[in-house]
Amino acid sequence: MNNWQNLTKGFIQENPVFVLLLGMCPTLGTTTSAINGMGMGLATAFVLVMSNMAISAVKNIIPDKVRIPAFIVIIASFVTVVDLLMAGYLPALHEQLGLFIPLIVVNCIVLGRAESFASKNGVFASIIDGLGMGLGFTFALVILGGVREILGSGAIFGYKFIGDNDGMLIFILAPGAFIALGYIIAIINKLKKA
Amino acid sequence: MEYFVIVISAIFVNNILLAQFLGVCPFLGVSSKISTSVGMTGAVIFVMTIATVVTYLINTFLLVPFDIGYLKTISYILVIAALVQMVEIILKKVSPSMYQALGVFLPLITTNCAVLGVALLVIQKQMNLMQSTVFAVATGVGFGLALIIFAGLREHLDLMNLPKGMKGIPAALVTAGILAMAFMGFTGMV
Repeated sequence: MNNWQNLTKGFIQENPVFVLLLGMCPTLGTTTSAINGMGMGLATAFVLVMSNMAISAVKNIIPDKVRIPAFIVIIASFVTVVDLLMAGYLPALHEQLGLFIPLIVVNCIVLGRAESFASKNGVFASIIDGLGMGLGFTFALVILGGVREILGSGAIFGYKFIGDNDGMLIFILAPGAFIALGYIIAIINKLKKA
Repeated sequence: MEYFVIVISAIFVNNILLAQFLGVCPFLGVSSKISTSVGMTGAVIFVMTIATVVTYLINTFLLVPFDIGYLKTISYILVIAALVQMVEIILKKVSPSMYQALGVFLPLITTNCAVLGVALLVIQKQMNLMQSTVFAVATGVGFGLALIIFAGLREHLDLMNLPKGMKGIPAALVTAGILAMAFMGFTGMV
């Protein structure tokens, strides 16, 4: 598999959210608007790239038996970096995403890529893989956030196009997240079969 | 009274799964049968309570006095991972029958964001030790309630005649959305 395929597979073919169904908690919890989804996606992408890079660089030093705890420590360090950086430079977004930033640690995508890709491949390929998966995750979150924002508050990226009280509020609230994601996955299943 | 409010709010109003979206991965993963979801519930309540108490003590006696709060994420996830391993080993020795029932679910719990989420939430809400313990147990019960109801629904869902694209996860997600809507009826109770 060449680098280009590694970069693009995360978007549709192996999209972490729509196809692999990993990392559902932040997907559902943070996508009340397209911007929030994008912020969460990019934070996760940063952690993915950095942890993939670090893990593939040290993979030969770590004994096989303690590799999972070692991976978790590496991932947790980068999550702390993101957490502190966002609190410093993007306090409004940090406030919005709240608990979900530290919870990137337990996002199955990050550990999943570390275990299935970074621990077997070289540094450069792992960076590309992390970037592709991270951008695919961001892509999925922006789509879901966009759909919820359009239906729920009649706006996209904050630009309103309908009156203040005309949106379907349910899509901004918790149930809308499940329903919107369910239908998006159904549409993708349909498109893949066709 | 204060504890009553915490319990009701954690189980119904701010249900960890349906209102806060923590622990959705096991929610979708193990909820296809009622029996497995009962086992998972037991394991989650057990680990969540112990993990919350231990991380609370670590925060109060180690992280705060030494002013190293930024190590919270790293130390919590390590403690939870170690704790799950320990619970597994102890359970295997002390109560083989309980290990039989909960064993397979224990490794899954390390990556359950609900456990880490609750440990971080009690610090954020500035609860004391007793409140944190009650909150953890109630949250676990709330998780179990949603999980078991959902498993019951899914058992019937499998028999439905659905369009091909909707089968499986999409249908489950839409059902979860409707269940979340039902739980929204509790808003305003406390």
